[in-house]
Parts: sequence; structure tokens; C-alpha cells
Amino acid sequence: MSHSHIRVSVCAAAAALALTGCTLLGEDKPESGQSPPDSARETDQVSPAGGEVVLVTHDSFAVPEEVLDGFTEATGYDLVVQASGDAGSLTNQLVLTRDSPIGDAVFGIDNTFATRAVGEGVLTPYSPSELPPGVSDHALPGEAADYLTPVDFGDVCVNVDDAWFATEGLEPPQTLEDLTDPVYRDLFVTPGASSSSPGLAFLIATVGEFGEDGWQDYWEGLMANGARVTSGWSDAYGVDFTFSGGDRPIVLSYASSPPFTIPEGGEEPTTSALLDTCFRQVEYAGVLEGAANPEGARALVDYLLTDPVQAAIPDSMYVYPVTDVELPELWAQWAEVATEPIEVDPALIEEHREDWVRAWADIATG
Amino acid sequence: MGRHRDRLIPALGVGLLALVPLAFLAVFFVLPVGGMLMRGFHPDGAWDFSGVAEVLGRPRTARVLWFTVSMAAAGTALTLLLGLPLAFVLYRLRFAGRAVLRAVVVMPFVLPTVVVGVMFRALLSSGGPLGFLGWDRSWVAILLAYVFFNLAVVVRTVGSMWEGLDRRAEDAAAALGASPGRVFRTVTLPALMPSIISAGTLVFLFCSTAFGVVLTLGGLRYGTIESEIYLLTTEFLDLQAAAVLSVIQLLAVVVMLALAARGRARTEQSLTRTRGVARAPRRADGPLLVVAGVVVGFILLPVLTLVWRSLRDGGGWTLDNYRLLAEPGASPALRVSIMEAVENSLRTAVDATVLAVLLGLCVAVVVSRRPRRAAGRRVVSALDGAFMLPLGISAVTVGFGFLITLDRPPLDLRTSAVLVPIAQALVALPLVVRTIAPVLRSVDPRLRQAAAALGAGPLRAASTAEGPVLWRPLLAATGFAFAISLGEFGATSFLSRPDRPTVPVVIYQLISRPGVDNLGMALAASVVLALLTVTVMGLVERLRVGSVGAF
Repeated sequence: MSHSHIRVSVCAAAAALALTGCTLLGEDKPESGQSPPDSARETDQVSPAGGEVVLVTHDSFAVPEEVLDGFTEATGYDLVVQASGDAGSLTNQLVLTRDSPIGDAVFGIDNTFATRAVGEGVLTPYSPSELPPGVSDHALPGEAADYLTPVDFGDVCVNVDDAWFATEGLEPPQTLEDLTDPVYRDLFVTPGASSSSPGLAFLIATVGEFGEDGWQDYWEGLMANGARVTSGWSDAYGVDFTFSGGDRPIVLSYASSPPFTIPEGGEEPTTSALLDTCFRQVEYAGVLEGAANPEGARALVDYLLTDPVQAAIPDSMYVYPVTDVELPELWAQWAEVATEPIEVDPALIEEHREDWVRAWADIATG
Repeated sequence: MGRHRDRLIPALGVGLLALVPLAFLAVFFVLPVGGMLMRGFHPDGAWDFSGVAEVLGRPRTARVLWFTVSMAAAGTALTLLLGLPLAFVLYRLRFAGRAVLRAVVVMPFVLPTVVVGVMFRALLSSGGPLGFLGWDRSWVAILLAYVFFNLAVVVRTVGSMWEGLDRRAEDAAAALGASPGRVFRTVTLPALMPSIISAGTLVFLFCSTAFGVVLTLGGLRYGTIESEIYLLTTEFLDLQAAAVLSVIQLLAVVVMLALAARGRARTEQSLTRTRGVARAPRRADGPLLVVAGVVVGFILLPVLTLVWRSLRDGGGWTLDNYRLLAEPGASPALRVSIMEAVENSLRTAVDATVLAVLLGLCVAVVVSRRPRRAAGRRVVSALDGAFMLPLGISAVTVGFGFLITLDRPPLDLRTSAVLVPIAQALVALPLVVRTIAPVLRSVDPRLRQAAAALGAGPLRAASTAEGPVLWRPLLAATGFAFAISLGEFGATSFLSRPDRPTVPVVIYQLISRPGVDNLGMALAASVVLALLTVTVMGLVERLRVGSVGAF
């Protein structure tokens, strides 16, 4: 009998819940019973009329809380971060929501997707008038530079397990060409271009190295030489790479990976990056077209180039700052970048990405 | 007049009951998916189907479609085949450690696919302990992963039904000389059939939308509809091709649900439910015990590998990975410590569970009615299927759909934290319905009619007849919904805010970064997540003990 009351109240509660759901909509920070983070409460008191800046970014975005708080202290704006997906997914989200943007500023569009973001009109022109030294080295070619400001870069390079090669008494490879040498048969593992952004960067590197008509032959040779393709970086590096207990001593990773392979009590890394095989991924920030708070968005782009953010980038995001701030000691010592990374025009990448990935999939995963 | 009223009011009440969940489904599923399809087929204010024939004509489309359907079917069959003996052992037999085993079976369900992918590969890769099998990067590994993730669905859905099944019918058949096999085929199986079909439907939907695990374990050699939609949407922005595949996915799911509904309707019967029918194992149970043991071993192997690796550091044993979990600045890649993420996960799970159970209960009550007219029965059956749809549709379609449709008042929710529990509830809802509805359906409607004849109002009649059997499935569903919310990654990663990540999101971030510490913490966090789930499910199991009635 009491169950009838339960059923009635259950459904009444369901209705009430739906209604409370609606009342939450008007609020700025819908918490649904979750207490707001302390920082939000504190900044509410400090912030003047500035209001809120919403940064849209990818899921690798990471900057220490106190550095983010520094933005609020310096400018009076509250910062809200929206993150999801990788650089590609981020760019496509912005294109889809062009008519009603999900934020004010964006960080994390890279040189492989920059042309699409600019061409689709999701950005409004802005770049700080005075760039800190070094930044313009990474700027996009042509007018795209007016829309996107470089914030960090990372070199995607083939890595080798030097310890393994020493034990085997084998000379490690040096170049992309070497990977098709039968000496290195069944030794290479790479994440795939269709499912991983370093994988895509590697495909583009081979296009840059062997030309638009030559890369397919290279990949045929690579696969014939026993290259293994995995879906993501984490299992290529974490399962197949000999350093992690796998059976492949050559892996596609980053120029910044070696410092993380210094053994406990050891002095130097047991792996190294092949600097002739690198493709440089540069990540940019910009102001979104139709931003609710363009002022704040511009201030945020400026802030991303300040020393606190730039200095935090290596440890938080595992990539290199674009300004000349000091690198962490281990990085300065062991994470050298390529002097002449392989380059491919961003516009060419945008034009052919889909064809390349499809053709690649036929060769490498068929 | 009076008789007319008696019939009208229940129908009206049931209709109203359906409205709230229907509105929920319309706003958080139909609207976003419809929005994405419109972007594909109606891009610049005009209909455009120019790419349809091209997409359908691609050899890749046919290949992907075939692989998705055949693998999902194989995965469903194998999961049922292995899950039924385990359900029997865990729900019909009484032995020490049963509660622990029941909880263990659920663990895989919440483990993040990226971690399971890495564990499976560590076992199966050419350098791993099972490398000699040659299953690394093959469809066998994918099939095993399907079974690994979905056994819980079969064991719990069928087990809950089996547990309360009156044994007297079986005993009678046996007394009349039927062999055990024949008793199972002619008495037990028909009684279990509706719940087997229910569980099979869910497993099929989960398998056909599996994504990360297909890519990781197949080494990109196999594509499913889901992975194609993902690639087309997030990388190529080819919305028309994605929409074509989404429509195919939708049609396939609808056909499958219709077939399942027919099968279920044919097999449904009113059952007498009892309690406490579990008995001690006998010699004749030997073969089933062996199968169940092998299946539990199969679940434990990757789980134990995970635990073992989380406790290793170079050559020795260590608890460092666990200690680091509580430290806020332990990994610079994270903005919050894992303990904070656990808190976020728990809070989100409470919201999602409340939402899913309330809405699911409403749906289950509605779809367990058997209207006298055929049209009414069709409506009920369509309603039942409608709430299954979200499981069969690509998370990326729904996720991107949220962004383009929920963008203006009164539904400007795109950047709101409430979307996370809502998305999780959408995933948990079908399991809640599938746990509760079969039990409600098996209640003889004459009980309700008798109560009504004795003067009870419609609500009172329903609650007197169905209330007592409702408690166990309700608790089971609550535990299940909670587990789903704790483990959900696809939609959550898309919607969660970086200052408030859930545990699976944090694990993903850790495992995507270099550094031995990050990997170690990711493994330790996965163990914590699994233990958390087992604890919650264990508590639920405990609550269920001693409750009266069915299930």
C-alpha cells in the first residue's frame, strides 16, 4: 500500500527533477548540487566588471591552476575552460558551432588544421602587435598569421631504444629511409594516421620527405619491412616499445620523450629521438568570430605568451614553449628539437588530408 | 460510466507517466541526432543527397557494415553462451564467496576501454605471456574483449530472473522422468527466454557501437560503423557521409529491436516467483561449474594483470602509484588529484543514477502494461524500443549534436556541467528498463485485476500487485546505473569540464602522456575505479538479501 505513495512520489520527483533541470538553465554556473570550485568563489570577489572569458581547447590542455589564476589577477576576467577531443575534433567543433560559438578564445588548433579554421571563418583577426622574440619563427604563412598566434610546438619524431640496440650490437637507424632497410625488419611500431594525431603527423612527415607522389611507395616498403600499426600512441609506446617491455625498439613518439626514460638512479636516458625524422606540430591560439567577450579573448591570447604560461608548458603539456623562456633542466639537457624539421605547407595538408589518410589506410591497415 | 472510468484512468495515468521520459529522450537524444542529420542532408538551407549514392557505393562501407554486424552477432552469441552457465552458478547455487564473485563479474564493465586495450595487448602481443596464441591485432582479440565487457549484462539480467524462478515446475518435469537437459530446454529456458532476449539486445547494441577497443585490439585493421562515423565527423568533417552511416546505424538498430521485441512477446509468460531457491552445488553441476570457473578466470586474467602491473616498479613491489593518487600535484598533466576526480565521479554518478532510475522506472511501468488492443500493444512496444536507441547510436553524433542544438535559451546547456549526468543517464536508462520491466511483465495481470475488483484504486492495485516484486530489480538497476556512470567515458570525455573531470577522463589523460609515473598512476586509478564499483555493487547485493518477492 505504501508502495502506491512511493510510485506517486517517484514520478512526482521525476517531474520535479525535470523542472529543476529547467531552472538551472538560466544560471551562469549550473552546479546541479555540486559545490562550485573554491577558486571560482574567490575570483568572484576580486573580479571587477571584467566578466568571463571562455577558452575552448583540446583535452591535452593542462596549465597549473595558479598560472590560470594569474590571468584573473592580471586582467580581472574569470577564466572558464572548455576542453574536448584532439586538435581535429576541436577545429571541427568550432566549424560546426560557427553561428553560435561555444567560447571566446581558442587554444590548440595546430598547423595541420589551421587552414581549415581560418578558411571556415571561425576566427576573427587578432595577434598581439608585439610578439615576444622567437614567436614569429613559428607563425603560419600568409594571412593566416593574422588569425592564429603560436603558443607552443612539439616535434613528432621516430624514437629508438639505445639500450636495446647496444645489447644487440646493432647500429640504430638514422633516417626515415633506414626504416625500410631489412636490417630493421619487424622493429618499428607507429600509431595510425587515422586514429592518432602523432600518427597523422608522421604520415605528413613522410609526405614532406618523399613527396606527394612518393610517400605511398615508402609506406609500401615500410609495411613490407614489418612495420606495426597501432591505434594510439599509448599502446605503441606503452605496450610495443621495448622500453616498456614490448618487442619493438623503434617507435614513433616525440622529441620530448627521451628525458622520461632516465632510469632510476641513472644519469641519462636509454632512448633517443631521431632528429632527421621530425615533423613539427605548432599549436596556436586565436579569438573566435562572434565571441561574447572579444576584449577578454584578446587578453587571454596575450596572456598565453607571458612567461608564467610559457615556462609551465613543458612540464604540463610535454611540448616546447615558443618564447625564449628557460626550459626545465632535463629538457634543456635531453630533449633536443630538430634543427630542420620536415615541413609541409598547411594549405596543402588541408587540401589533401582526407585523400592521404584514406590512401594510407589502404596501404597500412588493409 | 464507472466501468468506463476504471479503464480510462489507468490508461491516462500510464500515458502521463510516459511523458516525462519521452520529453527527456526528445530533448537529449532526438533533437541532437536530428540536428546532426540535418547538417548532413540539409546543409545550406536546401536538401542535398548528392553524396548518398557515393557513400553507399564505397566498398569500404559494405565491408565496415558487414564487420560491425557479424562481430556484434558473434559477440552476443558468445557472451550469452558463456554468461548463462555463470548466471546459473552465481544465482541458483549457494556457496561461500558467491557475493564476491557476483561483484567481480561487474568489474570489467567499468574499466576504461583504453586501459583494457593496453592490458589485453600486454597479454596477447608477441612479447606477452599469451603471445604464442597469435591473437594480437586480430578479430579474436576484439571478440574476447566484447565478451569481457558484456558478461556482466548477461549474468545480471538473466541471473536476476533465474534467481526468483520457481523450481517446482522443474522438479515436476524431472519427477515425470525428463532428463536434466530436457528440463532445461522445456521448462527453464522458455521461462528465461524474455530476459535472455533482453540481455542479448543490450549486448548486441554495446558490441555494435564499440569503438576504442576495436581500433586498439584490431590494430586499425578493422573498422566499424562507429569508428567510421567518428573519423568522418571529428577528422574529415564529412557530415553527409557521417549522416548516411548514422541513418544506416539507426535502421539496423530499429530492425534488430523490432525482431527482439517480437521474440520477447512470443516467449513472455506470467511466472510464479519464489525466494530462496538457491541450493548447494551437486555433483551433476560439475560441467557448469567448470565453465563458470573458466569464465571467471578469463575475467580475472586482465584484471589481475592490471593489479599486478600497478604494484610493480622496475623490478620490485611498490605502493607508490597508489600514494601518488592522493597527491594534488603528482602529475603536472592533471589539474586535479585523482581523489578529487573520484569525488567528481561519485557526485556525477549519484545525479546520473537518480535520473536514470526515476525515468527508467516510469518507462518500465509503462512498457510492462499489456493493452488489450493491438494498436496499444504496438505503441508500448515502440516506446520500449525508443529508449534503447541511444545505445545503438554513435556517441560522437549525440555529442556534436548537443553542441549545435542545445545552444539557445531555454536549452543553452552546451557548456553546462549538468550535461554529463544527463548523457550518462541516457546510457544507463536502457539497462534500468531492461532490469525492471521483465519482472513487472512476469507479474500476472490478474493479480492487479483482483486487487481492483476488491476495490483498490488503479495506483493501489498496481502497487499491491507489483510493489513487492519491484524492490530487488530496482536495487539491481540502481547499482547497475551507478556502475555505468562511474565507467562511462565516450560521452563524458566529450562533455566534462576540465576543472571537474571524472576518473575515466583522468585515466585517459594519464595514459596519453609520457612518463612511467603517469602510466603507473593510470593503472592504479583503474584499480581504484574497479574497487569502487565492486564496493558499490557489493553494498547493493547486501541490500537485496532478505527482500521479499521476485528476482
